[in-house]
Amino acid sequence: MMMSDSFAVMIIVATIASGIRLATPFLLASLGEALGQRSGVLNLGVDGVMLLGAFGAYYTVLQSNNLYYGLLVGIAIGLLIGVFYAFITLNLQAEQGVSGIGIYLFGLGMSDLLFQKFVGTPRPILPFMPLDIPVLSGLPVVGEMLFQHSIIVYIAFGLVPVMSFVLYRTTYGLNIRAIGENPEAADSLGVSVMATRYSAIIIGNGLAGLAGAALAIELGIFQQNLTNAMGFIAIALVYFGAWSPKGVMIGSLVFGLVQAIVLQCKTFGVIPRSASDLAAMAPAIITILALVVVAKRFKQPSALTKPYVRGG
Amino acid sequence: MTALLISFFSYRFHVKTTKTKSFIGLIIPLCAVLLALAIGAIMLLSLGANPISGYATMFGAAFGSVEGFSETAVKSIPLLLVGVGICIAFRANVINIGGEGQMVMGALLATAIALAFPDIPSLLLIPMVLLAGAVGGAFWGAIAGALKAYFNVSEILSTIMLNIVAVQFMNFLLRGPMIDPAEIARGTGIPQTMRLTENADLPILIEGMRMHLGVVVALFVAVAAYILLWRTAMGFRLRSVGYNPHASRYAGISVPKNVTSALAFSGAMAGIAGAILVFGSESHRMVTDGGSTGFTGSAGFNGIVVALLAGLHPLWSIPSALLFGGMLVGANALQRAAQVPSALIIALNGLIVVFVVSSEYFKQRTLQAGRVEQEEDDDE
Amino acid sequence: MMKKFNLSLSALLLALFLLSPSALLASGKALRVAIIAPSAQNDLAFTQSIVDGINAIKKDRDIELAITDGTFVVEDAAAAIRDYAKKGYDLVIAHGSQYGGSLKEIAPDFPDTAFAWGTSADTFGLPNVSSYEAASDQGGYVMGVMAAAMSKKGGVGVIGPIEVGDAKLYVDGFVMGAKAQNPKIRAKVNYIGSFSDVALAAEAARAHMAAGADVLTGTAQMVVGAIGAARAKRVAWFGTQANQTELAPEIVVASQVYKWEVILKKIIADMDNGVKGGKMYDINLANNGIVIEFNDAYKLDPAVKEAGMKAIAGIKDGSIVTSHK
Repeated sequence: MMMSDSFAVMIIVATIASGIRLATPFLLASLGEALGQRSGVLNLGVDGVMLLGAFGAYYTVLQSNNLYYGLLVGIAIGLLIGVFYAFITLNLQAEQGVSGIGIYLFGLGMSDLLFQKFVGTPRPILPFMPLDIPVLSGLPVVGEMLFQHSIIVYIAFGLVPVMSFVLYRTTYGLNIRAIGENPEAADSLGVSVMATRYSAIIIGNGLAGLAGAALAIELGIFQQNLTNAMGFIAIALVYFGAWSPKGVMIGSLVFGLVQAIVLQCKTFGVIPRSASDLAAMAPAIITILALVVVAKRFKQPSALTKPYVRGG
Repeated sequence: MTALLISFFSYRFHVKTTKTKSFIGLIIPLCAVLLALAIGAIMLLSLGANPISGYATMFGAAFGSVEGFSETAVKSIPLLLVGVGICIAFRANVINIGGEGQMVMGALLATAIALAFPDIPSLLLIPMVLLAGAVGGAFWGAIAGALKAYFNVSEILSTIMLNIVAVQFMNFLLRGPMIDPAEIARGTGIPQTMRLTENADLPILIEGMRMHLGVVVALFVAVAAYILLWRTAMGFRLRSVGYNPHASRYAGISVPKNVTSALAFSGAMAGIAGAILVFGSESHRMVTDGGSTGFTGSAGFNGIVVALLAGLHPLWSIPSALLFGGMLVGANALQRAAQVPSALIIALNGLIVVFVVSSEYFKQRTLQAGRVEQEEDDDE
Repeated sequence: MMKKFNLSLSALLLALFLLSPSALLASGKALRVAIIAPSAQNDLAFTQSIVDGINAIKKDRDIELAITDGTFVVEDAAAAIRDYAKKGYDLVIAHGSQYGGSLKEIAPDFPDTAFAWGTSADTFGLPNVSSYEAASDQGGYVMGVMAAAMSKKGGVGVIGPIEVGDAKLYVDGFVMGAKAQNPKIRAKVNYIGSFSDVALAAEAARAHMAAGADVLTGTAQMVVGAIGAARAKRVAWFGTQANQTELAPEIVVASQVYKWEVILKKIIADMDNGVKGGKMYDINLANNGIVIEFNDAYKLDPAVKEAGMKAIAGIKDGSIVTSHK
């Protein structure tokens, strides 16, 4: 099949746009998890929070026809679960790995149960329309690639510099990083470990709820296990990104873009059907390879998963 | 309230015996389970089901009969094996989230052996396939271990990613080279192997029940892991690396080699679990549904819960796995009896896990209040 | 005199009716049916179709129904099948191709239980196992014909999960039909590698559209994502396994709907006569087990519908053979 130059460009543009879209929910969830982990708390339940946020948003939009309410409900659900998780993790010092998986199971089952009980047969909702940004949207090539996305994409990528700023240039961010490294020292300097971790966990889970809400709205539907283990990949990407918002963004983009490229190759028959399973491995393998290549020397927050007890 | 009562009594009697310790150790998580079940009862009622009869079925199915217990035992096998592997890994400070993928790779290699050598007698073939399972899982775990040790790639990242790779590889093999020839003939293309040789069937231990040799293997592995960790030099090195990598390096212990070994051991156990799942299964074939976890039933994941609830101790993992397995079996029976959506059962399982792990706090407080000596983590 | 005769005749007929086996079963205790299925019962796809089928029969027959859905793990499904059989259910429907290997081992243990396995065409030679299949390639062919007929850009796209079983049948049929209608059609197929990745299915649809497809179709439950993406771009959609009009009334042209009740009735009738299995059933266009339901709200070009109807007729009378053996 003869591909004209402009057709090839069109396909590349479509692929990159697709990669950005696919990366968005990973990015949101991953940013939240990164924040929590920076403060020293691991949350394996991200996927469960995403699912509950997704259902909440979906149901809200079905009832109210307002997408923004949906997003808000998703965030609210995340915040609520965040409070609960912070309580059992910080006050009750529950083992973080276990409680996380418990929340995942609960979210997975509860979201589906509520869906079956209150919705029954799936009804579609309309997603956000792509934003029309004056001048930028109309640009050739770059326009479709970067400037014709829905508002959720811009919120997600916009959060990256915001979180970077907060983490590296505010006292609050400094506190978070300090208690993640050495809570005793931070405590002795007057930083409230409890309060800071509480806030980090709550915000982090709020972002996970937002990620789920964004997913449901963008896909225009809810389904059992809508996230399909996205939350766990988001957790993995936190490690890829070395707990920095920028790193997490790159990780999400790598994963999303590889998925998009594989899709295009399959669409054009470059990847034969017999190899389609092998092709589905690509995002995972390439993410590992990317990290090997970069081979940064990084350290995880030293206090990660260790509960802090005042006075030892 | 119960915690207060117990702490009061313990204080009054100044009991220091392990008997009270164990009693408290059991009763507090039990209260947590009851609380979770109470919430579950509300959910059941809202769906029009009868919680009393439902829960009666649940307990009866899990532990109430020989048959039920044998179902629970079989369900617990992969949980115990993966859990024991996690104990080893976590003790070396390596977080292995790759149980799923390691089970798959172990199962694939074991199945390949059975397909390649169907005529070898049971006495030899069964150990061979179990060994193959261990090798397959160890290999997969070692990849993640080496990536961490020599390239500083977080094992959490690599194991999660390798899970995805393993499942897709399984889909590829089961739809392609390893598929049942009958499927090709019929054109249906179900991703499964042919019925594997009977020589590899795990022998049933109790007539008429489903409990098979896998139970013995799992118990054996748990004991072996305990011995490895506390009675061998290798185990010492693993624990040392986990406890203090700097001091270990200073003492001449190779951190990279031990990190890789830890993940290899952990993977090996998950691999054996995968093999046992295949050869102890009802269908005696390897089959997947194409889903993201394949045939494992999330054991690679739940095994982490089992290990952590057991305090990362291989021997305590045995009751932990049995209880978790019982919960899974009972919950499925509850679904059938009360005819509630499976989703409720999953949510209930999650609630139980969250509540039990949160109750640890009350257990510790009660033990302290009763001035009972706390068990050292590294004690046997 | 006449009255008395009529009375005794009626009494005799009544007695005969009451004593006949079907009446005994139909009027007596309820038929206990259990369904074990891999996905959720409201998935608007595979599992929903069998539940809808039994519910359709419930109207005429007293049925006590038990459902264990969401059981994609084969071992758990095997435990459920065994348990329902042990509890004395009359008919246990194992609605998942992957359950076959387990069913083969379980069925002999319960000779008094009737088992039905789908989708498949194998009863293992066991007297109490029936198998059922859907000739989804037939509906696929018809959809393909119509899709090719209505495509202005000359490109159609298919989003599939994994190339197995029912999905493969449908997709192969669709491509065959499209090419039969227009040999120059660009029919691209994308198996995304998962039954549940909704987001990926949505992107796959967008990739097809970017590559020049203006009619799309797909199968399995993750396809709701693709439908959403198609809807945003106002691209036409052909559905399968269930009527998907509700999901996107603006773009769904038609759906291939499985009416399992057609063969479920036969299975139950056989059971009434003491036959617990051993037969292979299939739903297709000819026996109305597969029905093409058009979306009345969609303004379809009569010529396209005509082509579709011709294809249906051709398959029914055997002049067109789709990929199904």
